[in-house]
Amino acid sequence: MTSTDQTRFPAGGVTAPPAGSRPTGRASSRRAETRRKWYEIVGLTTPALVVYVTFVLVPMGFAFYYSLFRWRGVGPPTEFVGFKNYVLAFQDPIFLDALRNNAIVVFGSLLVQGPLALGVALLLNRRFRGRGAFRLLAFVPYVLAEVTVGIMWKLILTGDGTADELLRALGLGGLVQAWLADLDVVIWTLLFVLTWKYVGFAIILLLAGLSNVPEELTEAAAIDGASWWQTQRHITLPLLGPTIRIWMFLSVIGSLQVFDVVWVTSVPAVRSLGASATMATYMVDNGFFARLWGYGNAVAVILFVISFVAALLFQRFLLRRDIEGAITRRAN
Amino acid sequence: MTANSVLPPSAGRRPISWGTPLTYALALAVAAVSIAPIVYVIVGGFRTTPQIVADPAGLPDPWVWENYARVLTQSDFWRQAFNSAVIAFGTTLGVVVLGLCAAFVIARYTFRGREALNTFFTLGLLFPAGAAILPLYLMLRDLNLINSYYAVILPQVAFSLPITIVILRPFLAAIPRELEDAAAIDGADRLGFLWRIVLPLSRPALVTVGILAFVASWNAFLLPLLVLGDVSLHTLPLGVQNFSSQYTTDTAGVLAFTSLAMLPALLFFTLAEKQIVGGLQGAVKG
Repeated sequence: MTSTDQTRFPAGGVTAPPAGSRPTGRASSRRAETRRKWYEIVGLTTPALVVYVTFVLVPMGFAFYYSLFRWRGVGPPTEFVGFKNYVLAFQDPIFLDALRNNAIVVFGSLLVQGPLALGVALLLNRRFRGRGAFRLLAFVPYVLAEVTVGIMWKLILTGDGTADELLRALGLGGLVQAWLADLDVVIWTLLFVLTWKYVGFAIILLLAGLSNVPEELTEAAAIDGASWWQTQRHITLPLLGPTIRIWMFLSVIGSLQVFDVVWVTSVPAVRSLGASATMATYMVDNGFFARLWGYGNAVAVILFVISFVAALLFQRFLLRRDIEGAITRRAN
Repeated sequence: MTANSVLPPSAGRRPISWGTPLTYALALAVAAVSIAPIVYVIVGGFRTTPQIVADPAGLPDPWVWENYARVLTQSDFWRQAFNSAVIAFGTTLGVVVLGLCAAFVIARYTFRGREALNTFFTLGLLFPAGAAILPLYLMLRDLNLINSYYAVILPQVAFSLPITIVILRPFLAAIPRELEDAAAIDGADRLGFLWRIVLPLSRPALVTVGILAFVASWNAFLLPLLVLGDVSLHTLPLGVQNFSSQYTTDTAGVLAFTSLAMLPALLFFTLAEKQIVGGLQGAVKG
C-alpha cells in the first residue's frame, strides 16, 4: 500500500504519473489518453442514455403535446383545442372523486402504514430466536404481484364470503358491509388492501435503516439505565429519520400513481361512478379504453405535475439532507 | 459485555435469546395477518367450488388436487410463465448492464459534466411510469413494437435506470482508489478494471438491483395490459386477471391459478431476502 500511497501523494518536485494513467510523460500520448477516456465515457453511457431519454423523458413531452388536441388516436392529431381537456377534467365530478381518492390513499398510507411499520420494525429488530423467519413472513405480501393481491382480496371480501363469515363467527356480524360494492365503503376497503400489501415495503426499509444504528449507542444507553422504550424514542428514532423520510417520499409518489390493486379489486361499475377511481385508473379508462387519447393525455400530464410537485416539495423541505443535490440542485 | 449481567433479560440485547412471550405474541400476530390470506388462497385451491360456496371459511373436505392439475395441464399457465420469465430476465439483464456502465462512468471518471449527467439520470425518479403510460403506448405503437417482448422490456429497463444508478453509484465510488491504481500498474486500463475488479466487487449491489428489477417485472401489470394485446404473449399477471374474470363461477380454479402464479415470486424472494435487505442498507444510509 505504501507504494501506491506515494503515487497518490508525490513528494514535492518528483513528477509521479497521475493516478490511473500509464506512466508516460509525452503530451501526445496524454492527448490520446484523454481522447480514449472520452470514447469510454460516451461508449459506456450512450446505451443507458438512449433508452432513458427515449422511454422516460420523450413520452412525457408527447403527453403534453397530445393533451392539447381532441384526438381519437387514429392518424396525426389535428383538432387543436388548447387547454380545454384540462378544463374538462377539472369539471368532471368523477375526476374530482379520483383526486379525492388519491388524497385518501396518500394520507391514509402515511398515517396507517408509517406507525404500523415502525412498530413492527422495532419489534423484528429485537434479537430473538426465529426472528429471520418472522421477518420473511412480514415481507411476503410486498413480494406478491398486485394482481394476485387484488384477486385474493376480491375473493375474500366478496358478499357473504370468507371475510363476512369470519366476522359473523366472531360475533361482529354487525360490521359486515358490501366491502367492494358500497360506494361509501369501497375506497376504505381499498386502503386496507393497499396497506396490507405495502406495509411490508416500509418494514424492509426501516429494518435496513435500523441495522445502520450502531449497537454501541443502544448498549451505552442501556448501561446508563435507559429503558427499551426510552432507547427507541431518543436514540433509534432520530437516527432513523432519513429512512423514514425516504419511505414517506416513495409512499406518496406510489400512492399518487396507484393503479394495479385498485383496477383488479374494484368492480368496473363502481369505478366508473368514481367511488373507487384513482387518477391512474381514470386515465386508463378514458384514454386507452374509451379512446379519448387527447383527454387521457391531459389527465396524464395532471398526474405527472401533481407527482412532480409533491416530489419537489419533498426534496426541498424534507429530503434535502438525505439526498443532497441528487434531484434538484442545492439551494445555493 | 459484563454490562449484560445487570440488564433485565427482557432487554433482549444478548446475542441470541428467547424473546419475551409478548415479543412472540406480537410477532405471531404480524405473521398471521401477513400470511393468513395467502394460506387461505392456497388451501382454497384444494377445495371444490360447491364446498367454497357452502362454507367460505372452511377447510378442504376432502382435499382435491383437481383444480391444480387442471390449471397446470389445461390452461395457458405455462406459456404465460414462460413469457413472464423471458421479459423478467430481459429486463434484469438490461437494467444491470446499462445501469452498471452508466453508474461506473458517473462514479469513477472525472470529467466536465459529470454532476450534470448524474442529475439528469436522477431526475428520472420524478418521472413515474404510471403517468407516462399513455404516451408510452402511442410511442411503442409508432415504433411498431406493440405485441412484442421489447414493448415491455425496454420501458421497464428505462424506468428502472434512475433508481439503479442511485443505488450503484455510491457503491462503485466507494471502491478504493488504490485498487484502481494497482490495476493500472498491473497493466489493466479502465475497462479492464471495470471487468476484472469492479464487477466481482460490486456483485452484492448488482444482485440487489437485479432482484428489484426482476420482481418488479415479474409482477408488472399496467404496461403489459396495454402493450400485449396478443393473448399468446400474455404474462402471468395478465393471465391471472383474465382467468379470474373469465371463470367467475369457478372460484376454486381461480384460487388454484392465483396460488400457482404467486409461487415463483415467493420462492425467489425467500431465497434472496437477505440479499435485498443487505443491499438496501447502503441505499438508505442517508
